[in-house]
Amino acid sequence: MPARLAPEEIPRRDFLGLAGMAAAGLAIFGSIIGMARLTKLSVLPEEGKKVRIGHPDDYPRGSETMLKRQKILILSRDEGIAALSLICTHLGCVVSKAEEGFSCPCHGSKFGPEGAVLAGPAPRALRWLPVSMAVDGRLVVDGKGEVPAGTFYAA
Amino acid sequence: MSSPGFETFTRNIRNLPRNLKESLFRHGSTTSDRSRSQAVFSNLFLHVHATRVHKRTLRFNTTMAMGMASLALFLILTGTGILLMVYYKPGIDQAYDSIKDIHYVVPTGRFIRNIHRWAAHLMVVTVILHLCRVFYTASYKKPREFNWLLGLGLFIITLALSFSGYLLPWDQLAFWAITIGSNIAGSPTEFTDALGITSWFDPGSFSKELLLGASEVGQEALLRFYLLHCIVLPLALTVLLAVHFWRIRKDGGLGRPEATPTSAGKGADDKPVPAPPSAAPGKSYGLMCVVRDRTPAVNLDPAETVPSWPCLLRAELLVFVFTMLLCVVLGLAFDAPLKEPANPDVPENPAKAPWYFLGIQEMTSYSGFMGGMIIPMIIILGLGLIPFLDREKEKVGVYFSGKPGKVVALKSLIMAAILVIAAVAVPVNFGWLRNWFPDVNQLFVIFVNPGTLLTAAYAAWSIYVLRRTQSTRLAAMALFTCFIVGFVIMTIVGTYLRGPNWDFYWSQADWPAH
Repeated sequence: MPARLAPEEIPRRDFLGLAGMAAAGLAIFGSIIGMARLTKLSVLPEEGKKVRIGHPDDYPRGSETMLKRQKILILSRDEGIAALSLICTHLGCVVSKAEEGFSCPCHGSKFGPEGAVLAGPAPRALRWLPVSMAVDGRLVVDGKGEVPAGTFYAA
Repeated sequence: MSSPGFETFTRNIRNLPRNLKESLFRHGSTTSDRSRSQAVFSNLFLHVHATRVHKRTLRFNTTMAMGMASLALFLILTGTGILLMVYYKPGIDQAYDSIKDIHYVVPTGRFIRNIHRWAAHLMVVTVILHLCRVFYTASYKKPREFNWLLGLGLFIITLALSFSGYLLPWDQLAFWAITIGSNIAGSPTEFTDALGITSWFDPGSFSKELLLGASEVGQEALLRFYLLHCIVLPLALTVLLAVHFWRIRKDGGLGRPEATPTSAGKGADDKPVPAPPSAAPGKSYGLMCVVRDRTPAVNLDPAETVPSWPCLLRAELLVFVFTMLLCVVLGLAFDAPLKEPANPDVPENPAKAPWYFLGIQEMTSYSGFMGGMIIPMIIILGLGLIPFLDREKEKVGVYFSGKPGKVVALKSLIMAAILVIAAVAVPVNFGWLRNWFPDVNQLFVIFVNPGTLLTAAYAAWSIYVLRRTQSTRLAAMALFTCFIVGFVIMTIVGTYLRGPNWDFYWSQADWPAH
């Protein structure tokens, strides 16, 4: 009979020794995982990403307003109001206005006036952010959300 | 008064200095080679040295002293770093001001900070040159494979140390370099997005948030980088360094050619082998010299070796002093840069990482995920595999393994230079996929770009060399040379030829005003 099918008996002492080692190993491994857990936050310490940007009247039709602090561009058209994120989809730099559309200073990505990628390494178009209205009649932009390009909020 | 107990006591007091000295130095005065060797053998700090070293080891050409210089720089960095920590405050409201204080107010602060900065740059250079020296002299071969891996680990930690230190001044340069760096850590998202699986598998955001403690560079990130820079990475480096040195000694010192020539060094004399010390108490040299590697040739090697104390220690001191001098001169001549305070709203244009990452930044300008993550991983993996894929035995310790190696290295240099220049020049002059086919799928942009094609071409060249020469050593040499040439040229392009919006400019004078 092959040895595999009739394994040698392991002495009780050896078995208990191995079991003890395994238990200690597991305990150490588990406590390392537990300790590493500390470095990963469940709530990120940062400002809320929903920003109030004022009343619709603050943005006259046809205007484009750059909110530098929030890194948002507010487009006001006949269709309504839309918000475009100015954070480059490549590696997170802030894009700036170019002759036509936007360009990123870090790695040369170029975007069209509505955020479509024209050139460079950016993997996707600039994000369009959801715009809504709070009960007090002011517009709210959700910096974390996303809506399809070309979605305008008709106030 | 004169009780025997009291006399013993006074005698002990009288003998205190001598007894203290004897307990400290167990081998008496180090007046002979033999007693000095005993001291090296039994002292904790000295015994990373063998008691005797081969004369070849001490020749400048053997090592170019780059490993030792790296250690010297690490010690200088530790010293100046501790001094800087006296005043540095890792808070986003205070960090910039505290660096300004160090620069303008603290006595010698500017000088210490300058030394710290230049030593950090120099250390990256010396570690890379050390890597090259070890590779080109084939010193990674059995039994030194593991030490090669340790060396790679040390290389990565050195880069990480430099990079984490970059954020601490909290100026514009720092802020945007770390923003880019952490987004590279998050760049797998680019790939998972293209596959459409980000919502349930997002390693990119996970690693980015682990590094920054937030989704953007801020207070949490500054504190984490401070912790990494001052505690975690130096500790890791120290531990790996200790093992690295220990292995050098245990693997038989530096690699040297198989047929050890009797003319071990220039001016080696053909003196007859000295007779073994007669009536030697304690251990003989023979026992203290036992290490792995080839057996010392009978009646030959002792004549080829010199005692570590004083010969090796003196050489080490010389390297240390020279390195220190270089740092001091640089620190006096050039101030470490400090830009305006970090402004999260407006990026620097161009925003450039530290110079040794500009090659990678150039690659990320083709694709963040491939250039910033996958290609560096392939490089590290390839470097790590070298000693296991090339196991030819001959030609250890000879630069380029002799004539054929020199030819291959030179050909690879030319080949690699042409390829990398083409990889940069084609997109600059003709654009790339996105300019030709505006609706191209993102997966193509990720996988078919100048960076990936260059990597593939280098691998193909190495395989071609392998088939032509039937030598894994020469194939490894081809690949390594390609990597070094690619790294250097990409770095030069990123440093000098890229301007605002990462556009190509022949000179900084051509940059548009803004």
